[in-house]
Amino acid sequence: MAKNDLLGASLWDAYSNKVTTLMNNPNHQGEITEQEAAEHGNRLIVADFGAESCGDAVRLYWEVDPKTDIIVNSKFKSFGCGTAIASSDIMTELCIGKTVKEAVKITNIDVEFALRDSPDIPAVPPQKMHCSVMAYDVIKKAAALYMGVDAESFEEEIIVCECARVSLKTLQEVIRLNDLTTIEQITDYTKAGGFCKSCIKPGGHEKREYYLVDILRDTRREMDEEKMKAAADAGSKGSFESMTLVQQIKAIDAVIDESVRQFLIMDGGNMEVIDVKPSEDYVDVYIRYLGACNGCASSATGTLYAIEATLKEKLSKKIRVLPI
Amino acid sequence: MQVYLDNNATTMVDPLVVEVMQPFFSEIYGNPNSLHKFGTASHPAISKAIDQVYKALNASDNDDIVFTSCATESNNWVLKSIFNDHIVSGDKNHIITTEVEHPSVLAACRALEKEGAKVTYLPVNSQGVVEPHVVRSFITDKTALVSVMWASNETGMIFPIKEIGEICKEKGVLFHSDGVQAVGKIPVDLQAVHVDFLSMSAHKFHGPKGIGALYIRNSQPLSPLLHGGEHMGGRRSGTLNVPYIVAMGKAIELATTNIEEKMASIRAKRDRLEDALLELSDTFVVGNRENRTPNTILISIRGVEGEGMLWDLNNGQIGASTGSACASEDLQANTVMLAIGADSELAHTGIRLSLSRFTTDSEIDYTIAHFKKAVLRLRAISSSYAKVAPTPGGESKACELHH
Repeated sequence: MAKNDLLGASLWDAYSNKVTTLMNNPNHQGEITEQEAAEHGNRLIVADFGAESCGDAVRLYWEVDPKTDIIVNSKFKSFGCGTAIASSDIMTELCIGKTVKEAVKITNIDVEFALRDSPDIPAVPPQKMHCSVMAYDVIKKAAALYMGVDAESFEEEIIVCECARVSLKTLQEVIRLNDLTTIEQITDYTKAGGFCKSCIKPGGHEKREYYLVDILRDTRREMDEEKMKAAADAGSKGSFESMTLVQQIKAIDAVIDESVRQFLIMDGGNMEVIDVKPSEDYVDVYIRYLGACNGCASSATGTLYAIEATLKEKLSKKIRVLPI
Repeated sequence: MQVYLDNNATTMVDPLVVEVMQPFFSEIYGNPNSLHKFGTASHPAISKAIDQVYKALNASDNDDIVFTSCATESNNWVLKSIFNDHIVSGDKNHIITTEVEHPSVLAACRALEKEGAKVTYLPVNSQGVVEPHVVRSFITDKTALVSVMWASNETGMIFPIKEIGEICKEKGVLFHSDGVQAVGKIPVDLQAVHVDFLSMSAHKFHGPKGIGALYIRNSQPLSPLLHGGEHMGGRRSGTLNVPYIVAMGKAIELATTNIEEKMASIRAKRDRLEDALLELSDTFVVGNRENRTPNTILISIRGVEGEGMLWDLNNGQIGASTGSACASEDLQANTVMLAIGADSELAHTGIRLSLSRFTTDSEIDYTIAHFKKAVLRLRAISSSYAKVAPTPGGESKACELHH
């Protein structure tokens, strides 16, 4: 929340002039019939995507030259808002003149970019990006029909945020590499979740297979488990600095039990570890003397030195022992 | 020509209302709580406004009508104070409302659920209204409050408030009604119906935005939401908004004087518009005319997505809505349409047209022409309509949408 958020912006004011123009006068709206295609010796492809029940649906017509696989003509019909109509119109334009294989490479990012008035200013407000995604999806469907394959075969990766085309793999990598802990950070790094917001958590405009909240939680859990495993492995290999705090305490106790305590007990004393606190340069081990050691003149000098030297030798040179 | 047909969202301030409020900005500006003459100078006008509101609603002098900032505040006040007075104390924990209330009721109820209230959201029938026997069947000895709107902001359908009020009275349950779409549009007689609390907002009946009221039936305790001074008899603190109170009084007087005559005039224009739009094939109007506020039409146009239609109407200088103005940028289907059992495609096509007493015949003519042109254009683009098998003669009617 900030000053600029106090008054909600008008949705339509965020549309580019191109979106407005194409909504009012789409250039490629209409149908292509079997007869027309046949007269030109071409093949007609008709693909539907979306659903009226979701408030957005598009039908794409392609007339494809079977000898060259080039889309020679394309038209659309749309049940949707202004951005859906404009996106569908620019999408058909981008298809014309391309081979089917080239057309499959057109993404929703290309569609949205083609609708911009200026390269730096988005053509539609964030919640309307899903309209361009639909345009992308219907191209894949049309290509699949033409090539006789499954539309999913064009998708090499699992796409979590379709608006920004961010894959599951990318999200997992970015969370790990940058140690991200919040959805806002993920959006800052990848743009995922920054548009229609359907991919953030269930309950948005579209139902999604993967949600950022789940990916973040699962990846963080995997990272924690890996960290624990690494610490456990490091502990078993004796690397004191890589151990977890509990492992460090256990290791210190083990060394004291093995090499220190019996000498103190022989003189009627003892000691206990109160706390272990890692700092930048040291690992501070706070101890308290018990019995005869408590108040003994040597407890602050020779005995203390012997305990610290033993821990340094057996565990880490960084250990510093502090009596309290 | 510009045509404003979104009067369920807000209305133009009547020039006569503007006129009466003007002096209280610059000439009679004293704080009405001050003892000096600058403050007391506004008392006659405030007193008159109070009288105007009481008279318009036929409220008893023993009842309280407290000025608030809007109906959202009034709705929140009732729900949250009942929660504090009954639910926190533990004697009752249940609120009954409907699925189709305004967000200021639904969102407040959801917030109270998080605090421990049990809320029942009643379904509506195919006319879009909740039936009294349904309300009765959900009341238990734990029910503290029933909250049902008087008329729907989206469909205009009038709810059976009298019958529900009788049930609440019989069961000893408090009854609140959000009357924001009823006051000034249809007769509201608070001595003819048993309502304990009624919310209203001046900007829905040609008053300014930022002033509303809450009616509290005689002797009903309701703890204040705003504490501070002893304004409004201690019911609601905050310096009185004198110009707006004066304006609300004048606005409600103008709206309710000869209301039957005004309703007949608006209804005639509405029905003419509705009849003309239903000449288009595959169009549907929600709810029967007899039981609807006389100014409202919620029309669905098969194959034409709501926002697309709104765009074309806006290009023609016609202001309408896809549903409640609060949700006009929402991507979701019209929730009232879904609640009354419209299929989900149809629920994306609803356009609300709401008239006022300032709507003219020539504006209706212009709207009919432009509306039809827009439907033809958008159906030519529509992938959905292309797939609809043509209905012989075109099926168009003001119908009940069935579950």
